[in-house]
Amino acid sequence: MLQQVIDRRLSGKNKSIGNRERFLRRFREQIRDTVRRAVAGRSIHDIEQGEDVTLPRRDVYQPVFEHTGGTRESVHPGNREYVRGDRIAKPQEGGRGSGSGDASPDGVGEDDFVFRITREEFMQYFFDDLALPDLIRTQLLPDAPEWKSRRAGFISDGTPTNLHVVRSLRVALSRRIAIGGESRRQLHELEAQLALALREVPGQPGEILALRTQIDTLRRRLKTIPFFDPFDLRYRNRVRVPQPTAKAVMFCLMDVSGSMDETRKDIAKRFFILLYLFLRKHYEKTDVVFIRHHTQAAEVSEEEFFQSTETGGTVVSSALALMHQIIQERYPPGDWNIYGAQASDGDNWHQDSARCRELLVGKLLPVSRYFAYVQVGEEDQNLWEEYTQVQEDNRNFAMRKVAAADEIYPVFRDLFKKSATP
Amino acid sequence: MTKTARKPPEVAAPSAGRRRPCLPSPSDWSFELIELYHGEIARTAKSFGLDTYPVQLEVITAEQMIDAYASVGMPVNYRHWSFGKQFISTEKNYRRGQMGLAYEVVINSNPCIAYLMEENTMPMQALVMAHACYGHNSFFKGNYLFQMWTDAAAIIDYLVYARAYIAECEDRHGWEAVEQLLDSCHALMSHGVDRYQRSQKLSLAEEEARRKDREAYLQQQLNDLWRTVPKPADKPAEKAHRRFPPEPQENILYFIEKNAPLLEPWQREVIRIVRKIGQYFYPQRQTQVMNEGWATFWHYTLLNKMYEEGLLTDGFMIECLRSHTNVVFQPPVTHPAYSGVNPYALGFAMFSDLKRICESPTEEDRQWLPDVAGSDWRETLDYAMRHFRDESFIGQYLSPHLIREFRLFSVVDDANKSELEVAAIHDADGYRHVREALSRQYDLNHREPNIQVWDVDVRGNRSLTLRHSRHNDRTLTDDVQEVIKHVARLWGFRVLLESVDKHGKVVQHWEALPHA
Repeated sequence: MLQQVIDRRLSGKNKSIGNRERFLRRFREQIRDTVRRAVAGRSIHDIEQGEDVTLPRRDVYQPVFEHTGGTRESVHPGNREYVRGDRIAKPQEGGRGSGSGDASPDGVGEDDFVFRITREEFMQYFFDDLALPDLIRTQLLPDAPEWKSRRAGFISDGTPTNLHVVRSLRVALSRRIAIGGESRRQLHELEAQLALALREVPGQPGEILALRTQIDTLRRRLKTIPFFDPFDLRYRNRVRVPQPTAKAVMFCLMDVSGSMDETRKDIAKRFFILLYLFLRKHYEKTDVVFIRHHTQAAEVSEEEFFQSTETGGTVVSSALALMHQIIQERYPPGDWNIYGAQASDGDNWHQDSARCRELLVGKLLPVSRYFAYVQVGEEDQNLWEEYTQVQEDNRNFAMRKVAAADEIYPVFRDLFKKSATP
Repeated sequence: MTKTARKPPEVAAPSAGRRRPCLPSPSDWSFELIELYHGEIARTAKSFGLDTYPVQLEVITAEQMIDAYASVGMPVNYRHWSFGKQFISTEKNYRRGQMGLAYEVVINSNPCIAYLMEENTMPMQALVMAHACYGHNSFFKGNYLFQMWTDAAAIIDYLVYARAYIAECEDRHGWEAVEQLLDSCHALMSHGVDRYQRSQKLSLAEEEARRKDREAYLQQQLNDLWRTVPKPADKPAEKAHRRFPPEPQENILYFIEKNAPLLEPWQREVIRIVRKIGQYFYPQRQTQVMNEGWATFWHYTLLNKMYEEGLLTDGFMIECLRSHTNVVFQPPVTHPAYSGVNPYALGFAMFSDLKRICESPTEEDRQWLPDVAGSDWRETLDYAMRHFRDESFIGQYLSPHLIREFRLFSVVDDANKSELEVAAIHDADGYRHVREALSRQYDLNHREPNIQVWDVDVRGNRSLTLRHSRHNDRTLTDDVQEVIKHVARLWGFRVLLESVDKHGKVVQHWEALPHA
């Protein structure tokens, strides 16, 4: 009574995606918290990964009316030593698994419900926090690399819109010539012979007739060569080639003096991450250099960069000078696209700010593709004033005051605008 | 406990008289092979007189199998976060290797849809076909509960309708509202089934047409019940004391659907959908041991028969038997993997035991099961499959022989005592007790708290009173507070839950307000 075996393997994949969406939506607050914590704990390089989300069992539990306590009787298999009337110490909770007959079917322990969100989902929540517009999100996600369609000769298969008429006709012509060549040569010969035969005075009607028949056959054969054949068709061929990419280096400059607290560092980190993602998207290879500074600047590992706090004054120019030095040593501007991102609370030693401006305008901005400065604090400081002057004359410089993570994005707007109009 | 001891002797007698050439038995399956094997299995099943729905086999991937798990085994279902949760935890366990997926999912529909997983080897596919397409399928078609409560021809259509309707509600009324409503309905799903009525069979079109009528009609009814227009003064006063509902109602969801004062028509329809689907699964929850036992018994019997006929090679049969043995493994209570009685093991053992009693009854069997001993085994098994559910099946057919073999014993756990007490074991004094206790263990009415709609304060604050009748002093878990919040959300006014002891005295009560 079999109707037929149906192969469903290709259809209906991800049928449960709607349910998963609903599940994530229900617990979005918890997931967002997890993402926030993960971002703080992760290195910039591995920001794009999934993450385990832990939900308290209580939150995902669906309550139903259930029995507990009282007297209950349960039957078990595998009795070895007991006889009627025996008394047994009650097993410890969970000691016998969910064994005691009617433990709830859900296996409700105090275990948390742990599940993994995918990389895409993780980025989704990360971007949600930064209030990124959708367009930018899709641009940032590396899944769709940029491709350019390029002509690559002609092929014999394709869609009608790509049909190349001249090429096709040319192929048809050469085919007709090639196929008909031999017959046509014979035809010419025979025609010449016929002309001779006709001219001969004692006409030989037999020979003439034979020649005429042969000529007719050849003519007919030549006529059957089609003018156009399906395999004459030629189509324009286009291939997608990945956009040529280049190397980029990103300098993260951060003030680690005592006034940069955890929140401010977190904002700075998100700012750096965003820039990193942007560069990752556009360049094949992205180096990141971390420079922290108080009165002196030093190149450090990412861990040290985000974790250490030192007290003391602030000399911002030391970091800029070090950046310039590193560029000269390791990243010749001809080979590298140089991006600078600086985060500071704007507090600087008074005479130093002017020097910063000079360094920027004179040495760094001419070799940089882009330099962004975020001030994670509201107060107007002298560094801000100096930088404002820089902004007026330089298009590749952006600055912004940021008090919360969702204000970071506007800093990037100019950057993306630029990339949208190549 | 070893299973080999219980295997009937036909396994031990290998290919003595091969009449036909073996079917090809590579370990990889192909569509042709599946059809070939299916044909042979169908023929064998027919020779045993199994009555089934037509079969529709579908090959799916592991991921799709997890999908099917998540939507309670149905090919379509409405969307809800809890199914997403189910999917996530199933997938996680599967990936970690903590659980194998079931080899098959079979749907009580007409035609009977059975899923074959692409990862399975050919012997496994054959086992699944015998198990699902002929075991479960004939059970679905034959068992009285399924005949009474489910309509195999209409269920897929109904689910399609349910999914579309709930999606439409989400569009129209917002997903939050729909999700909250479904949460509340799910909390009451086990108290939303009719236990003693016959369900109606409706096609998709009829269902759609009648929904509209129902909405209009219901609204009228409600308006009447909650009429606020003052009544003429000369009406007799005693009518005010009329109880509502006149008798306690056990189908809480049904009661709310029909009587909750503030619900909108679409909300009533959603409640109805959840209720209907709960009702559809009600027979399955009551026949787990029988259903799995029956299917296991038949895959075992069918494959052995085919082996005897020489259709299956030795290697093929060994693989089938190995899977079979894993399925019917019953760890003893002291085993770390013990998690209650394995329904496959118990069901298979009971059907096999019945067959044994029919064919070669002992004196004890004649005494305990006089009607069965010596009868035709096919008729007896068919009768048992058709007319029982787990509770009555065990009560009727669990033989002392099997109680001994499983070494079943009964333990009483009294919350007020510090120790468990063994009430009965597998001896002459205990057989009856163990059988009754095990039978009760499978009685849903016994397992689930008895909570009924008791009273509605129609003339006062419209509060709804539910009543929990205690049995054996069993109380309710702390979840009860959460659940009655859900009830209050559906009802729209205050909800009280009273727990009464056997003397009818209220010993505990909870209450919840909507939007609290």
